[in-house]
Amino acid sequence: MRIAVLSGKGGTGKTLVSVNLTAAAQEAVYIDCDAEEPNGYLFFKPADIIEEPVTVMIPQVNNNLCIGCRKCVELCRFNALAYIMDRLLIFKEICHSCGGCVLVCPENALTESERAIGKIQRGISDSVEVSTGILNTGEASGVPIIKRLISMGSCEKNDPVHVDRPVFIDCPPGSACSVMESIKDADYCILVAEPTLFGAHNLNMVYELVKLFGKKYGVVLNKCLNGENPSEKLCIEKNIKILTHIPFDNELGILNSNGEIAVKKSEKYRDIFICLLEKVTKEVQNEGGVGA
Amino acid sequence: MRQLLILSGKGGTGKTTIAGAFIKLSFAEAFADCDVDAPNLHLITEQDVLPKKTDYYGLPKAEIDKALCTGCDLCRQNCRFNAISVYSDEEGTKKAGHCDAMCSGKVYKVDRFSCEGCGVCEYVCPVGAISMKPAVAGELMLYKNSERVFSTAQLKMGSGNSGLLVTEVKKQMKEAAGQNITKLTIIDGSPGIGCPVIASLSGADMVLIVAEPSLSGISDMERIIKTANQFQTKIAVCVNKYDTNTNNTEKIEAFCKEQKLPFIGRIPFDSEAVKAINDARTIVDIDCTSGRAVKEVYKETVKLLFDKGEGKEPVENSINIREQRGQSKP
Repeated sequence: MRIAVLSGKGGTGKTLVSVNLTAAAQEAVYIDCDAEEPNGYLFFKPADIIEEPVTVMIPQVNNNLCIGCRKCVELCRFNALAYIMDRLLIFKEICHSCGGCVLVCPENALTESERAIGKIQRGISDSVEVSTGILNTGEASGVPIIKRLISMGSCEKNDPVHVDRPVFIDCPPGSACSVMESIKDADYCILVAEPTLFGAHNLNMVYELVKLFGKKYGVVLNKCLNGENPSEKLCIEKNIKILTHIPFDNELGILNSNGEIAVKKSEKYRDIFICLLEKVTKEVQNEGGVGA
Repeated sequence: MRQLLILSGKGGTGKTTIAGAFIKLSFAEAFADCDVDAPNLHLITEQDVLPKKTDYYGLPKAEIDKALCTGCDLCRQNCRFNAISVYSDEEGTKKAGHCDAMCSGKVYKVDRFSCEGCGVCEYVCPVGAISMKPAVAGELMLYKNSERVFSTAQLKMGSGNSGLLVTEVKKQMKEAAGQNITKLTIIDGSPGIGCPVIASLSGADMVLIVAEPSLSGISDMERIIKTANQFQTKIAVCVNKYDTNTNNTEKIEAFCKEQKLPFIGRIPFDSEAVKAINDARTIVDIDCTSGRAVKEVYKETVKLLFDKGEGKEPVENSINIREQRGQSKP
């Protein structure tokens, strides 16, 4: 069972929900796909960390072989190559590693080498396996890190010992490539929304996204206050399943801002998240159609 | 002209709330929302004109003409994005890997979400069955009246590249404002540290970082500061919802002191702010504690932004003018 937690808007409680659901499940895997700003490890404080670099392939040129035909420059749609002052320049930060330039070079002057863009840390926190993607600052895209994280998580499927362990995927904010990559493999998507106009507007965007990807989904309404809740209104209008309401609560705010896992500190939140976990598990097992 | 960019690293710390307030306070004649995959600024900056909408084309997507395809499999083998799959029939049971010449009726298809538009498949196809087709990846919107220009956009769901669209949003703002520009332009940025953030950093004179007093907020602030430093942009920091965890707020202030970064104010948590936003207003449209605090942050921001003495007064004046005119929204 692979559960992705996403929200569109940032700061609505993706990490709160995914960390606490994982802790409620106990024997579980937590994957932090927000490689630009990973936070889950601050809560789990995993030990026995194993670190591996994530690299992408980028071209390098042998100037002795390059004849200046510019075929690679013409082929590259990302403008990562330029031929200036009788030399081929490679802008490695904007290279998408498509490998086209190497294929097109008639002189075999281009080869590929690995370039590190970030790393993955894996560790253990109680009975939870924690994997964190970390993008180096100044790098443009965490997608290669997310791909690696997700494929590592997929090994679970073929691992008879761990096949039952639920996997929780903490997604980046927004609705662009890194989010799409994070939810690709998920069996279910939890959309976390806050009770503001902003929250509702961005909830609508990720709702469109998970529909487009044909995922099952449900909404967690976080930071609920008395009074108007534009996100709840949207759910009712569009007939989107509401999984639970989490109240706006100073106690939870303090726990969370100090990097504590609420499920471990508070009876009340243990109950809320165990209940949510049961609901989500049922939703995943329920084969009857997509979504609400 | 000075360009102020508002960033935070972590999402939901209050970038748009503060950007909306700054736009009101400064009478900014040009501003933009660069959070193209979750734009919100248009919700609190009232518009009296309809936007001019333009389709935004990202990189093209590959399309396979099945009448020409011979099933040689080269495109699938060379695609680094795993965007090409082979199916045994039109509706498609997916085959594992390459199926040999024995299997009839196989169909090659491009997954448009995975295709990054590199064109390698088009290049390797020996029979010219693959072409790169233009694809709408989002929509640019420009609100323009005699007083101001507001540039924003929305990425189309399922389209990847937001960095390029951010560049287009800024270009659109600049072109529309033209020569008339103005003392100050305000850019609302996106969370994170990746391509849309890097694209928004180019051309910014100063970054205001809106931090949040949580461990996550502090960790994310440190990473966005490191990123902005790599691009050598001037930085100032303020804390939003500072009273939700005063210990952490103190840690942020101490960090700024240590890093010699100007710390320019604390904004309290304020339930009135939520009401203002839900009412499509900015927090300076109503009288509330967060609104008062954000005015102080604004004054400090302007001082730093126009550090060399120029341009300081007009903006301070604009606050006074505003107060004299009593322009709180009715």
